[in-house]
Amino acid sequence: MNDAIDVLSWVLLAGGGAFVFVGGLGALRLPNCYTRMHAASRTDSMGSILILLGIMLQAGWSLATVKLITILAFLLLTGPTASYALANSALLSGLKPEKSQTDSAEK
Amino acid sequence: MVVLFAVFLLTLLVFTAVAIVRTDNLFVAVMLTGIFSLLMAANFFVLDAADVALTEAAIGAGITTVLFLGALALTAEHEKSVSTVRWLSMGVVIVTTLILIYATFEKPRLGDPQAPVHQHVAPWYLEQTPELIDIPNVVTAILGSFRGYDTLGELNVILTACIGVLFILGGRRGKHLPSDGKVLPSTAHGLRRHLIPKVVGLLAIPFIVLFGLYIQFHGEYGPGGGFQAGAIVASGIILYALLEGEEKALQAVPRPVLMGMVIGGAILYGAVGIAGIVLGGNFLDYSVLADNPVKGQQLGILIIELGVGITVCGALLSIFHAFATRESV
Amino acid sequence: MELFGLFNYWAFNVVLMTGFYAVIAKGNLIKKLIGLSILQSAVFLLYITMDKVDGGTAPIIQKGMTDQVFSNPLPQVLILTAIVVGISTTALGLAIVIRIKEAYGTIEEHEVQNQDQDK
Repeated sequence: MNDAIDVLSWVLLAGGGAFVFVGGLGALRLPNCYTRMHAASRTDSMGSILILLGIMLQAGWSLATVKLITILAFLLLTGPTASYALANSALLSGLKPEKSQTDSAEK
Repeated sequence: MVVLFAVFLLTLLVFTAVAIVRTDNLFVAVMLTGIFSLLMAANFFVLDAADVALTEAAIGAGITTVLFLGALALTAEHEKSVSTVRWLSMGVVIVTTLILIYATFEKPRLGDPQAPVHQHVAPWYLEQTPELIDIPNVVTAILGSFRGYDTLGELNVILTACIGVLFILGGRRGKHLPSDGKVLPSTAHGLRRHLIPKVVGLLAIPFIVLFGLYIQFHGEYGPGGGFQAGAIVASGIILYALLEGEEKALQAVPRPVLMGMVIGGAILYGAVGIAGIVLGGNFLDYSVLADNPVKGQQLGILIIELGVGITVCGALLSIFHAFATRESV
Repeated sequence: MELFGLFNYWAFNVVLMTGFYAVIAKGNLIKKLIGLSILQSAVFLLYITMDKVDGGTAPIIQKGMTDQVFSNPLPQVLILTAIVVGISTTALGLAIVIRIKEAYGTIEEHEVQNQDQDK
């Protein structure tokens, strides 16, 4: 049972790390501001959920788990709000999202 | 494994510092300073300094970023003129770096228990704290009781900085709405059109203040204390000021209350010291405050940490209001 | 472990000198203040690096645990004070920069000196 919990928490931590890496890669390589913001917000949501779940499995039923659940709730509440505020202020200050090329434009 | 993590954090720290100096855009530099403070806090935690990590995260990454952004908004200098590399300065810097690297070979090995810094006073503090003061957090015991004078001096330093900023920037008093047709600064209205951050932020503020109070009163049992708690409560109220606007924030915590907090905390600290003299001991001697010397020490530390928290919160809020209510030229 | 200790000290070196370079070589006043705060943070890193003991934990004495190795609490107390003093000087410096901008119209060092020499 302990081994199963260990393996599961390792899988969750590795998955969370992969999401953080993908978020960082996207923030560097994607073309414009809005797509980069979308990539960076992956770190806040999926990355934090998976990593904190992995740590909670390691901590077991203790006070530390309650604190970790509170931290997760706070991060899930404020992370997407921060991404929204950033995107909203970018839109209000005049940065327009690029339109994609449609087929009708080429014909 | 921890060694690898620490090496990674230190490398990121060096890259961030170089990026801060090299960038031209001041806004980017301020944001990178916030990331630098966060990496510093993580480094401190890896090196077993939990109190210092909490303080650096609360004050460095939180309050310093807000103050720099407030100053940037007033000076309105988003770009800086490109300057060439100054060769004399670079030469001095490189020579000093080489001298310091040569000096690091003489330093004691990291983590050596026989290093001189671990020999004289520190083992005495670690042994005597359970007997004399009996609180788990040794750092708070040293800060509050063994080295209480230094903390009194530091409290007066932040009081002086608050007074200095108020003299230099001279905030407007009370509800003074300009009646001669001048346009109110944009900070007066808050985030009117941004509904989601407003709702979520207002939801989070009571929990932030509650967490600040938790850190204040648990400073003796775990990492925490007055400085961190004052910074966290101040950042909660700064969030309210950013969301609702300056006028409402000054109605919620008016300027006389802020002045009272700043001065009251310092007077509380001094009063504990004088109470020690009145009750028969020395200045800042807590053993005479209660029947049992150990209980007296705990009571003394609790009251002075409260004084420190109140003053730090009031001072940081006053400085923020002085920056935010200044009209930009 | 020897190399790791040296790496810590060298990282402190580089960050200290980077902040110092920003203070002496950059012309913008706010950049100088940012460099000053980087310099202070590097000094904090040096003090906290010196307080680590092999196999130690944070100096919080739990009841009933004996024979535990703790890290040195004394540099942590000094650095707690220093962080708050650092932000006090930064706030005061930023207030002075704001007044300079209002008086001279610029925060570049050479432009301020030119205006002073012209007067």
